[in-house]
Amino acid sequence: MTEIIDPKIKQKSRWSLVGKDPYALPLDEIDLSHPGIWQANEYLPFLKRLRDEDPVHYCSESAVGPYWSVMKYKDIMHVDTSPQLFSSEPTIGIIDALEEFTFPAFISMDPPKHDEQRRVVQGVVAPANLKNLESLIRQRAEAILDSLPIGEEFDWVNSVSIELTTQMLATLFDFPFEDRHKLTHWSDVATAIPGNGVIESQEQRWEVMEECLTYFTSLWNERINKDPGNDLVSMLAHGEATQNMPPMEYLGNIILLIVGGNDTTRNSISGGVLALSQNPDQYQKLREDISLIPNMVSEIIRWQTPLAYMRRTATQDTDLGGKVIKAGDKVIMWYASGNLDEEIIDRPDEFLIDRTNARQHLSFGFGLHRCMGNRLAEMQLRIVWEEIMKRFQQVEVVGEPERIYSSFVKGYSKLPVILHPLT
Amino acid sequence: MASILFIEHNGSEHRVDVSPSGSVMQAAVRNGVVGIDADCGGSCSCATCHVYIDEAWLEKVGPLSPTEEAMLSLSTDRKDNSRLACQIEVTEELDGLVVTTPEFQF
Repeated sequence: MTEIIDPKIKQKSRWSLVGKDPYALPLDEIDLSHPGIWQANEYLPFLKRLRDEDPVHYCSESAVGPYWSVMKYKDIMHVDTSPQLFSSEPTIGIIDALEEFTFPAFISMDPPKHDEQRRVVQGVVAPANLKNLESLIRQRAEAILDSLPIGEEFDWVNSVSIELTTQMLATLFDFPFEDRHKLTHWSDVATAIPGNGVIESQEQRWEVMEECLTYFTSLWNERINKDPGNDLVSMLAHGEATQNMPPMEYLGNIILLIVGGNDTTRNSISGGVLALSQNPDQYQKLREDISLIPNMVSEIIRWQTPLAYMRRTATQDTDLGGKVIKAGDKVIMWYASGNLDEEIIDRPDEFLIDRTNARQHLSFGFGLHRCMGNRLAEMQLRIVWEEIMKRFQQVEVVGEPERIYSSFVKGYSKLPVILHPLT
Repeated sequence: MASILFIEHNGSEHRVDVSPSGSVMQAAVRNGVVGIDADCGGSCSCATCHVYIDEAWLEKVGPLSPTEEAMLSLSTDRKDNSRLACQIEVTEELDGLVVTTPEFQF
């Protein structure tokens, strides 16, 4: 039986760095893979030290085995754009998943199969299709914001961020609306670390994933017998490169689309509220000029960096920043660090809604695996902020946010706020 | 100097005159041409400086590199005359170049 960890208690683990002085440790004891410092919001000085002192860093011992950390913007760019040297197979997570628990999906495939499968579904999140979805997304955002209590404390994560992204996913899948919370649950289970309160074991994850597959198989069967539609399930069922995929691959791609469209946007919606609350001068700037919203959206996505890293696996011996990476080595691109690299980004520690080149952040990755839903995410955030500014004087954060126990998903499980009406 | 004409999908025209150095993407961004995002800053890794080359200029602009081909092959708006503007060097030979920008960069 795995111990359930109260997220409010800082982790006591042989591997955790929580409470340790980042500059007193020997470099080789710095292990960014442990979720402790991420949940405790103590990770920043560790990133800074590695960027300055050992930007391509080898951690020889960790709970997830040895791995390389790539800390600088340009090195991350190199790894992300060299798929022939740094493969996305077998997985983009830091943990080498057990064979029986892996779901193949195009995020963890190399060309040409990646390209073929991605082409089938990306039309649904391409700007031409998003234009048709915009008014529906806006209506749903309006309804959610109009239902919120004024002047009393509530949890923004649960009432707004989760609700909005879940409704959006249901729309993209043409998923039965009344069952939409299943999508959130499946997303949470797919990325959870056993023992963190969502699931207790890999076996339990598997049971939930089978339930997800069963549900989506019935949607597939329903859509395959109809004319091709514009939802993701219909696209997969009718797409030439995907119509014959085995059930596990279908599940893998469904999970990819659910997780990709869920956690990331959810945490950026919450992160924006937190960033503006911590930077009242920037909020004032926004109040005075709401045409800054699109630029601010990019800055929120940089500031939040909703996925802290992506992993690659070296296909051959190769040099990176003066270090020799061996074939088969795990290579972690820490987007959360590259987005703070002072060599590329001016005043990187500051949240600046009118930043020039705000779009040049690493949060979406670069190269062939660049986030497919980036325009959808930006549109959702833009609409949320446009509608917030129409309704509220301020979204005031009134307590410490609770952060997720993960070194991959960078986000919040709770953000207490009070809404102030426009005066 | 080289003169480049950018035509937006709605027909709006922007002519920019630049010295022959840097890329067509940079010529656009530095002169405030709308319709080119260039999220990656010019390293052929985001496909958000997608342009369509006027047929008359295709030969002078030259062929796509394999990386450019790979990035563009994932675009939903790919056409035969698609190129990434960051991969085209501005030279005297390209004086008069005409390119069209797509409705969306993605």
